[in-house]
Amino acid sequence: MVTESISSVPSPAGDILKIGNQTFHSRLLMGTGKFASFSIMKRALEASHAEMVTVALRRVDISRHEKDILQFIDPKKYWLLPNTSGAKNATEALRIARLAKEAGIGNWVKLEVIPDPRYLLPDGAETLKAAEVLVKEGFTVLPYIQADPILAKQLEEVGCATVMPLGSWIGSARGLKTKDALEIIIEQAQVPVVVDAGLGVPSHAAAAMEIGADAVLVNTAIATAEDPVKMAEAFKLGVEAGRTAFLAGRVEEKMWGEASSPLKGIL
Amino acid sequence: MEPSLFDKAHHATIQRFGRTIQMYAPLYLSNECIDTCRYCGFSRPNKILRQTLTIDAVLNEAQFLINQGFRHLLLVSGEHPKKVSLDYLTEITKILRPKLALLSIEVAPFEEDAYRKLTECGVDGVVLYQETYNREIYKKVHLGGPKKDYDKRLEFVEAACRAKMRFVGLGILLGLAPWREEMPELIAHAKRLMKKYWQTQFTISLPRLKPCASDFAVPHPVTDEAFAEIIAQLRLALPEVGIILSTREKPALRDRLLKIGVTQMSAGSKTEPGGYLHPEEAGKQFELSDHRTPAEVAAAITKAGYEPVWKDWI
Repeated sequence: MVTESISSVPSPAGDILKIGNQTFHSRLLMGTGKFASFSIMKRALEASHAEMVTVALRRVDISRHEKDILQFIDPKKYWLLPNTSGAKNATEALRIARLAKEAGIGNWVKLEVIPDPRYLLPDGAETLKAAEVLVKEGFTVLPYIQADPILAKQLEEVGCATVMPLGSWIGSARGLKTKDALEIIIEQAQVPVVVDAGLGVPSHAAAAMEIGADAVLVNTAIATAEDPVKMAEAFKLGVEAGRTAFLAGRVEEKMWGEASSPLKGIL
Repeated sequence: MEPSLFDKAHHATIQRFGRTIQMYAPLYLSNECIDTCRYCGFSRPNKILRQTLTIDAVLNEAQFLINQGFRHLLLVSGEHPKKVSLDYLTEITKILRPKLALLSIEVAPFEEDAYRKLTECGVDGVVLYQETYNREIYKKVHLGGPKKDYDKRLEFVEAACRAKMRFVGLGILLGLAPWREEMPELIAHAKRLMKKYWQTQFTISLPRLKPCASDFAVPHPVTDEAFAEIIAQLRLALPEVGIILSTREKPALRDRLLKIGVTQMSAGSKTEPGGYLHPEEAGKQFELSDHRTPAEVAAAITKAGYEPVWKDWI
């Protein structure tokens, strides 16, 4: 399969993220909900240097032409990832994914199957069911899941392009509450792991990258910040710092102190 | 300094819903009604011109709203099981739903089986206000018709939940009973329902009583300031619930409340059946206070730093 890059934004030492048949330099994926206006969203996307952008198909109204959200996301600059937000079960998710494909928004899909409107937690069983069908229909599937290592392996086995476990509940800004489970998922994964949901500040994103996540997806923390454009830039830096640190190889945590300039064998 | 009640509510709303306001329009199907409710313009004894729209007339009204940009419609009627029947509603839904992103109904309550049929043909939501949680007052204002039965009305809400309606709208008529007694009851009701029907998305409307053909003196009027406090308290008590605000309220207050906790707004509404294409012919349910066009309301929302959302489902 041909691998093509959609951007030439510099990144640490030619470090490239490959998902499906696409390559990306940026490891920050952005969501497009909750912004005060499409023009602020557009500026935040630019500041984030994101190359992949997810859009809720429920918000897309192609009949509205110039007022529709898609008019503010340049397909030459961003790889569009429609999501199935609002789907409560596999049937609804399949319907939304197929609608996106029919509408010409592509055959990638961020699979969200969320039966619970309060904490917006994903339903693993329904997600797996929908993923299996969508992969067979030729979709590139990126499923949003609980930080469940077994489910992550199952989704990988049915052909998903990534797994997207949550750091904490969507929109909660609580950070990596699921860190221990994320580490297991990252250790075992043969597909990229994108930490999705719950990252509230750039240090959360950096922490996810430091433990070896391949990318993160951020929406609420940027869209609802006082200054979304500035926060988008801050997340870009956080992701880059975390990724670079991961590549640099961190020192081990120790129980004891150790001098920075050790005195050995002089006496 | 401790943030004010309004600041807290504002932040809770933004965290959950972002800087967005969902737009919808009511479409009145009929003002015929077999209930006698003292506060309502459609109350049975009222001498108003009664009308139930033909299906063609409903579709014409809907097209008018669609042309204005609406994709979320709320079908409204009095309680008249023969005129606004299950068949009438399913027929309208089958034709209308494919042109919309979301269709809800605020009509007479149905049993679970009927709600299930409505869900299957495309109805997304049911709005069913208890009006008041004070049984004494409920009895005093609901004088005749099926709506008299307080417990039955509570049970219908659960029938809609069991029928897997995506959205279920709760509400009270502010002004019927003292609001400091009503709000804890409403919140407790919503919380009980959320536990039991954990997949249902609940919304809350708090219409303030307005003058109507019934000439009913509001027993416990709610001031603008109290109304703002009510919205803020509700937001903090139920951070995940959509709060709906109609054009009963004046523009300046609506613009203020969207920064406190409101998440859904109607615009350019008419409350008489056929009112979009033939205004002022049939009797209306109540008087409106925000006469701005949908485009003007959307512009005010944008100016307040929010995105009006015209389409939010499939």
